[in-house]
Amino acid sequence: MKSIVLSTKKRDYTTLLVFAVIVFTAPLWGKIIGAGYPDLLQKFAIFGLFAIGYNILFGLTGYLSFGHAAFLGVGSYVTVWSFKLLTMNAIPAVLLAIVFSGVFALLIGFLSLRRSGIYFSILTLAFAQMSYNLAYSVLTPITNGETGLRVLTSDPRVVDTALGYTIEGSPLATLFGTTLTGYPGFYFCAVVLVLGFWLSLKIFRSPFGMKLVAIKTNQTRMEYTGFNHRPYLLCAFVISGMYAGLAGGLLAVVDPLAGAERMQWTASGEVVLMTILGGVGTLFGPIIGAATIKYFENIFSGIGDTALAEIFSFLPDAVSNLLITIISPFVGSGWHLTLGILFMLIIIFLPGGMSQGFQKIADKIKQKNKKSSTSEVKLEKDGIA
Amino acid sequence: MSNDKKFTELSRRGFIKSSIAAASAAAVPTVFVSNANAYVNAPKGKTVTLGFNVPQTGAYADEGADELRAYKLAVKHLNGEGDGGLMNTMKPMALKGNGILGKKVTYATGDTQTKSDAARASAKRMIEKDGAVMITGGSSSGVAIAVQSLCQEAGVIFMAGLTHSNDTTGKDKRRHGFRHFFNTDMSGSALGPVLESEFGKERTAYHLTADYTWGWSQEGSIKDTTEKLGWKTKAAVRTPLGAGDFSQYITPVLNSGADVLVLNHYGKDMVNSLTQAVQFGLRDKNVNGNDFQIVVPLFSRLMAQGAGKNIQGIYGTTNWNWSLKDAGSQAFVKSFGAEYGFPPSQAAHTCYVQTLLYANACELAGTFDPCGVITALEGFKFDGMGNGATEYRAEDHQCFKDVLVVQGNDKPSSQFDLLKVVKEVPRKQVEYPASKLGGELGSCNNA
Repeated sequence: MKSIVLSTKKRDYTTLLVFAVIVFTAPLWGKIIGAGYPDLLQKFAIFGLFAIGYNILFGLTGYLSFGHAAFLGVGSYVTVWSFKLLTMNAIPAVLLAIVFSGVFALLIGFLSLRRSGIYFSILTLAFAQMSYNLAYSVLTPITNGETGLRVLTSDPRVVDTALGYTIEGSPLATLFGTTLTGYPGFYFCAVVLVLGFWLSLKIFRSPFGMKLVAIKTNQTRMEYTGFNHRPYLLCAFVISGMYAGLAGGLLAVVDPLAGAERMQWTASGEVVLMTILGGVGTLFGPIIGAATIKYFENIFSGIGDTALAEIFSFLPDAVSNLLITIISPFVGSGWHLTLGILFMLIIIFLPGGMSQGFQKIADKIKQKNKKSSTSEVKLEKDGIA
Repeated sequence: MSNDKKFTELSRRGFIKSSIAAASAAAVPTVFVSNANAYVNAPKGKTVTLGFNVPQTGAYADEGADELRAYKLAVKHLNGEGDGGLMNTMKPMALKGNGILGKKVTYATGDTQTKSDAARASAKRMIEKDGAVMITGGSSSGVAIAVQSLCQEAGVIFMAGLTHSNDTTGKDKRRHGFRHFFNTDMSGSALGPVLESEFGKERTAYHLTADYTWGWSQEGSIKDTTEKLGWKTKAAVRTPLGAGDFSQYITPVLNSGADVLVLNHYGKDMVNSLTQAVQFGLRDKNVNGNDFQIVVPLFSRLMAQGAGKNIQGIYGTTNWNWSLKDAGSQAFVKSFGAEYGFPPSQAAHTCYVQTLLYANACELAGTFDPCGVITALEGFKFDGMGNGATEYRAEDHQCFKDVLVVQGNDKPSSQFDLLKVVKEVPRKQVEYPASKLGGELGSCNNA
């Protein structure tokens, strides 16, 4: 947390610049790792945003929410309804998603934040599960239950109708004429991600961020110094809820469909995993974690025996068959297993997540370069976090 | 000093903005070049890729595994390996056993997890990354409908696998989607007369329904049919998909006054609900002077295997069963059995047939262009694929063929001989006008 004190504006802008370049060149480097296709890149950006927002709550205040998928779902439903009733333009849709999920987060946060620790986690889990069940089987006129809410050609869309726009073929989200699927959709998400990252950076560096960290460090001491922690906590909860809503909205923008399974507790657990895997309380960690999990889900799950056979085709048959037998339980439908092992290894050896790993590597390199001036190394240590 | 600082800050900001713009501008052109084809994913090399999107986890995982086996077998046969399977009996047939249009068939697979979101993500991966020119699969109507509309948007063909809801080729039909499997309306029409002759006209039914598009569709169709017979419907209770424990839903049935339980469940859900219904002693009850009966409108051998003895004597319908004696069915059972050591399920059958039909349509059209393939499939009449004479109706892309009414076998001769075919209901008895289910096909999309 030393970084908060030490960092300068200059360093922040460099961080932002580096981040933006990495994000916008994703289609290029994504190709190398087999992830260079729009759908997965969109998922990287969207879940990265989700995890960044979640990190503002969990990383800074230490409050472990198990219900953030509810806000993701609310964001998706609101966006799809905006597409159905107002316009296919993405801007009002995501703005509405942020507003509605913010209000929803205020409500749930107000109730849940009366408790802390495990009780808070359980409360958020309960609220999220309630929302899921409501969406799944009670509020079916609004959510269309298991089948999912879809945008239809026959929907009213009052704004579009008033402006004289008509839809040809399947209704897709647009940004003033550009259809937001494929790469344009990714770039839309990427711009939002960079903006979201910048805001999160600002929060990390602000006095408000300091107060959130103080809540994590020692709540009692904070109260003695005259701060009422609850408003700050609620504010952090609402902000992270809005991030989640925005992410949900983007999911519906790139693919106009909202399903109840987005609100399931497994989805809430996923964002916790992403954050921990990447590094709790770090700036980049949650994004790295989100990308890793989505990569596993989409790429590893698609590797079958035939793909393995192709990879090992240069080896003699007996060896390659043996290798395939050993590896195949860990790929394809067994991708959860690999992810689980990775998660365990990281928790055991790198409690600070993957970003701690990168940090260690970076430190090693720096130490080699600057063996003479050890005092400087300490100052440089805040590189990533 | 402060002025200086401001100046540098501003230019830095400007630098960031311009470099973001430059980076995105640099990345954009590389992106659009790859899309400059006549149609989406036109095969360039010596191979053509098909996308097999099946549930590998979740309530329908057993069906998914069997579907994948069938797809792999179909690919083998298309490439001229193995014994050729249904390619020996299908007629008319344009396939040559050298792949499709001379291109070797390869495939990509994905896990739908029986969730619309995951299914669309894996279908998108196969279209965008693996270059699949056709997507097939799905063991849930919710998933099939979601993926079907995705394929319409993306401009590839969707050959539906196991999807039984009316909506797939009804109100949610798409120009790019085709279904070989039957639907709940046909199940209702086929089952009606058998229910009347076996259970009479004075019955009260209680529905337990999987709470999604397929469940609603089947509940509606069976209600329609039974109420026309004069049956009453006591209640129709919706249960969440993949519930696992159905005891809370079955207990109220005991004293509801109903004497028939209709289980609108499929896959593991049906195995669980039926097993629990039997454990609760429903079948030993006598209500209103009638023996209590259970009906499972959509049956499959895989489910029968899961439910064990509990299915004996229970009526349902099925798209196809391996015990059929026609040449097509026999050829398919033989080559599937030789490959995997057990007979195929109806899910495997429909998926295998769909793959062959797609390949055949490509050969007929002479291209992989979806618009050409659609024209070739619409109104296509064929035989020798295990269901007798079959037609892909042009108006709704639904196959029309005979439907089987089956009953759980009392004395199975083997562990697979679990369903006995009570009646083969002829096509004209289950046919309905395309306008009955509504929906719009839309136009073909090869942009």
